[in-house]
Amino acid sequence: MNRRIISWLIVSSLMCAAGYAALFIAPDERTMHDAQRIFYFHVPSWVAMFLAFFVSVFGSISYLFTRKQRCDWLGVAGAEVGVVCCTLGLITGPLWGKPAWGIWWTWDARLTTTLVLWLLYISYLVLRSMVEETERRARICAVFGIFAFLDVPLVYVSNRFWRTQHPTPVFFGGPNAGVDPTMGKVLLLCFAAMVAVMTVLLLDRYHLERLRCEVSLLTSEIESRDLDKRSRMAREHV
Amino acid sequence: MKNFQYLLAAWIAVWVVFFLYQISLSRRFSQLRDEIKRLKERLR
Repeated sequence: MNRRIISWLIVSSLMCAAGYAALFIAPDERTMHDAQRIFYFHVPSWVAMFLAFFVSVFGSISYLFTRKQRCDWLGVAGAEVGVVCCTLGLITGPLWGKPAWGIWWTWDARLTTTLVLWLLYISYLVLRSMVEETERRARICAVFGIFAFLDVPLVYVSNRFWRTQHPTPVFFGGPNAGVDPTMGKVLLLCFAAMVAVMTVLLLDRYHLERLRCEVSLLTSEIESRDLDKRSRMAREHV
Repeated sequence: MKNFQYLLAAWIAVWVVFFLYQISLSRRFSQLRDEIKRLKERLR
């Protein structure tokens, strides 16, 4: 069995264990009941998203300093996997919001800055597909990646600085924050599962970019060889 | 079992999003591997 299959088996088992704990071990919440269990997918997906975007900005900054292609691959891998996690958060959020608040969506600071973040990183990926030249693409995307990341701290502090429909943070949110100890343990398992999924996806995406680089190297090698052959033939003809 | 439909929808969404992304990655992997194989054959 290859490395990818083994890592996916481990991650899927972790996801199943986290799902079981969230559905059957975590205690029932008195007001929201089952809908509150969305918390165990929703919060970990944001944590995974933040980590992925941190990796992306680290790659972008490193690229601008070192000009190494590996840093650019890290940048795009983090951005794409971050978008996947952000999409999960944006889907599970309204599914929790409807039974909890009675509405699917509201334009408060937390939700709006998060949607802007998702759009910024989608733009990063679109921008990447629009620039052909490798070095120029890496440079432009690194700068844009850093710009997009500026929204991440804004998302984090949005429900601390402004009054929002979105509740204040459960962790590091002041004296009244915190969860039941069993809920905390289940949440920790869910964090581990989501971060493991994010890591495996990120490594796969990084490897994909490496293969893409190999294709462009082989293509340029063939092109230069064909050019040599053509010029030799032209000289022989003369 | 109150509000179970929302939980079920969220649970399915998580698996579907990861599954679709994994399919997209696998498809891109196989395309690139085929391309590399083809290019290496041309270089020989």
